[in-house]
Amino acid sequence: MSGDEAVAEAMRQINPDVVAAYPITPATEIINIFSKLIAEGKVKSEFIAAESEHSALSAAIGASAAGVRAMTATASQGLALMHEMLYIAAGLRLPIVMPVANRALSSPINIHCDHSDTMGSRDAGWLQFYSENVQETYDNFIQAIKISEHPDVLLPTIVALDGFITSHSMQNLKILSDHAVKIFIGEYKPKRFLLDLKHPYSLGGFDLSDYFFEHKRQQSQAMKNSVGIIAKVAEKFEKISGRRYGFLEEYAMEDAQIALVGIGSFCGVAKVAIENLREKGIKAGLVKVRVFRPFPYKEISSALRKISLVAVMDRSDSLNNFGGPLFNEVRSALYDLAERPTVINYIYGLGGRDISVKEIENVLKKLAKTKIIKKIVNYLGVRE
Amino acid sequence: MRLKTNVKKIGWKKLAAGDILEAGSALNYHTGNWRSRRPVFEKKTCINCLKCWIFCPDAAIRIKNKKVFKIDLRYCKGCGICAVACPTNPKTIVMKNENQFKS
Repeated sequence: MSGDEAVAEAMRQINPDVVAAYPITPATEIINIFSKLIAEGKVKSEFIAAESEHSALSAAIGASAAGVRAMTATASQGLALMHEMLYIAAGLRLPIVMPVANRALSSPINIHCDHSDTMGSRDAGWLQFYSENVQETYDNFIQAIKISEHPDVLLPTIVALDGFITSHSMQNLKILSDHAVKIFIGEYKPKRFLLDLKHPYSLGGFDLSDYFFEHKRQQSQAMKNSVGIIAKVAEKFEKISGRRYGFLEEYAMEDAQIALVGIGSFCGVAKVAIENLREKGIKAGLVKVRVFRPFPYKEISSALRKISLVAVMDRSDSLNNFGGPLFNEVRSALYDLAERPTVINYIYGLGGRDISVKEIENVLKKLAKTKIIKKIVNYLGVRE
Repeated sequence: MRLKTNVKKIGWKKLAAGDILEAGSALNYHTGNWRSRRPVFEKKTCINCLKCWIFCPDAAIRIKNKKVFKIDLRYCKGCGICAVACPTNPKTIVMKNENQFKS
């Protein structure tokens, strides 16, 4: 299945009550496929063809607040258009799970993969899981339902997959049975929901400065709580799937001297490059970040503390005169270490520019020989 | 009932999460305190067209058996829309200065 097909399959098995959506490349397929399932009566979902992504998420928020499982799907400009509603979904503590097929934010207009869309919304209060391949996309999506809906969390989740690279590429994956998914996610039983006429309340009110901060502090706590829940759900998921997920994936890190930190499909390519270089005696490793929000600062610090040189790979640029988002957050996480690794940044793959095994090998070869770092922020693969 | 101004503020741990308020809390907030003009209702000239009830932004006009019954002064803010909407001549609802009713 392709990534989009796998998401639609997961959605079919989850069988949400409401799906409100607006098409955008490369996420359109998800909703296309799911709409067909609705038309064929294979799912019970009510479909709302919204007039924009902002409306789509607003409708999903309304449905979720009313007390049902609601979803939408988008990418790039669509995510940007629903930006204000992202904060609202998180602030109202609604467990909406949304796939985002990572695509570059305009301008210039580009429909291909980069992480600027989800990175641009990293402070909206949503959990963010990044998938390396189609299998992870499917697995992350199913786990996300259980994590978001946990009463100590009640925060929405973005499940990101690389636009076109993962969303449209056919890969082999193992899917769970419909029954296994149904049992795993359980029935959605919110404690409070607007259609509960026996316990009426108002949602979405106004806070003056005397209460706003307290509500935000609660959200912060919920994000903190999600750390433990993510681990517990991964444990439960391993029992039914045989696949174990953590916040990170550490590849060839046991004896690594230099390490890459990356997100998404890049990691698949990096693993090949690392294998090739290990044959030549270069001890390189990879830390793949799966959970970006909540930011796994403890795990990153633990994974990288023995490394002398870390190259953080960003598939988006913060355009802030100091590198990309992953670079800045990883560097900050390592700051408290008694012996800090040297941390540099490579910005690559913007607008879907391909990154090859050779390019990564060249980077690692150079880093293996480097004694003094001259430039902290580097651009990989751009024509000078 | 006076608006409470010395309520102890709740900390984040006990506060209801997700910006949830209990329903109907506006009932405790007597906006009638805000009036500077009071509507005076004369039942004899009322034709029960119910225009005042339709237009009142505070739902302060009370009706019984489809007839205007009274104006709820706990919530009436004295905007005068009811008086403007009233079609009878002379007007059934007339706005008078609130001060003359102070006890």
